[in-house]
Amino acid sequence: MNSIRRALVAVFVLGLVRPLAALAAWNKEAFSAKSAGDALKNLGIANAQPSKDLTVEIPEIAENGAVVPIEISSTIPGTTALIVVIDKNPFPLITRFDFKEGALPFVKLNAKVGETSDVRVLAEAAGKYYVTTREVKVTIGGCGG
Amino acid sequence: MPGPMKMRATLGQGFTDVRVLMTHPMETGQRKDSEGKLVPMHFIQNLTVKVNGKPVIEAQTSQAISRNPVFSFRLKGGTKGDKIEVSWVDNEGESNRTEVALA
Repeated sequence: MNSIRRALVAVFVLGLVRPLAALAAWNKEAFSAKSAGDALKNLGIANAQPSKDLTVEIPEIAENGAVVPIEISSTIPGTTALIVVIDKNPFPLITRFDFKEGALPFVKLNAKVGETSDVRVLAEAAGKYYVTTREVKVTIGGCGG
Repeated sequence: MPGPMKMRATLGQGFTDVRVLMTHPMETGQRKDSEGKLVPMHFIQNLTVKVNGKPVIEAQTSQAISRNPVFSFRLKGGTKGDKIEVSWVDNEGESNRTEVALA
């Protein structure tokens, strides 16, 4: 009886701890996903609404796919995370930034874009998701050698 | 041995502008070397920005961040002397960090 109870408690505690650990560590399932849809599903994102308050600066034509600058800034109140997904990359999820008290929801980074693709930028605010999509045309890919 | 990092933090209008450069190959696992063998994945997975020891940004990244990553961030407010620290960890467990005082 005692061992069964201990086992049940262990299962319960593991169930509680795992999602917390996943939040801080590296989301292997989402980053290993080979489609944008699966990546978003693994991040728990559904029903993202298009938003004009999520600004994305990205070149329309990237001559060098190995270095494509992306600047993201959100004025959606209470934005706590920004996520970048490049649909046609072999592994579409590029990054997830979590912002805490003291940081503004802004980031500028350089990403590799394998071929001409939609780039989706998502913001999380108060448990809701918002999205801005841009197309980048790539003349030289950035993933191979 | 991880390569050097460079960071600059300046006071903007109402916010602190942080720009950081990391030295890292960010191998995608899809590139072949001169002998035609695939170069294994080697990339930064986590990065953390701290202000005076308190984490303010935590990020997860994929191999599709460009080689020798450069990031810009903005922090609310800021006073001269604030200690800003950026650290990273890659998929092989290597890590590095750098710290500057806000000028």
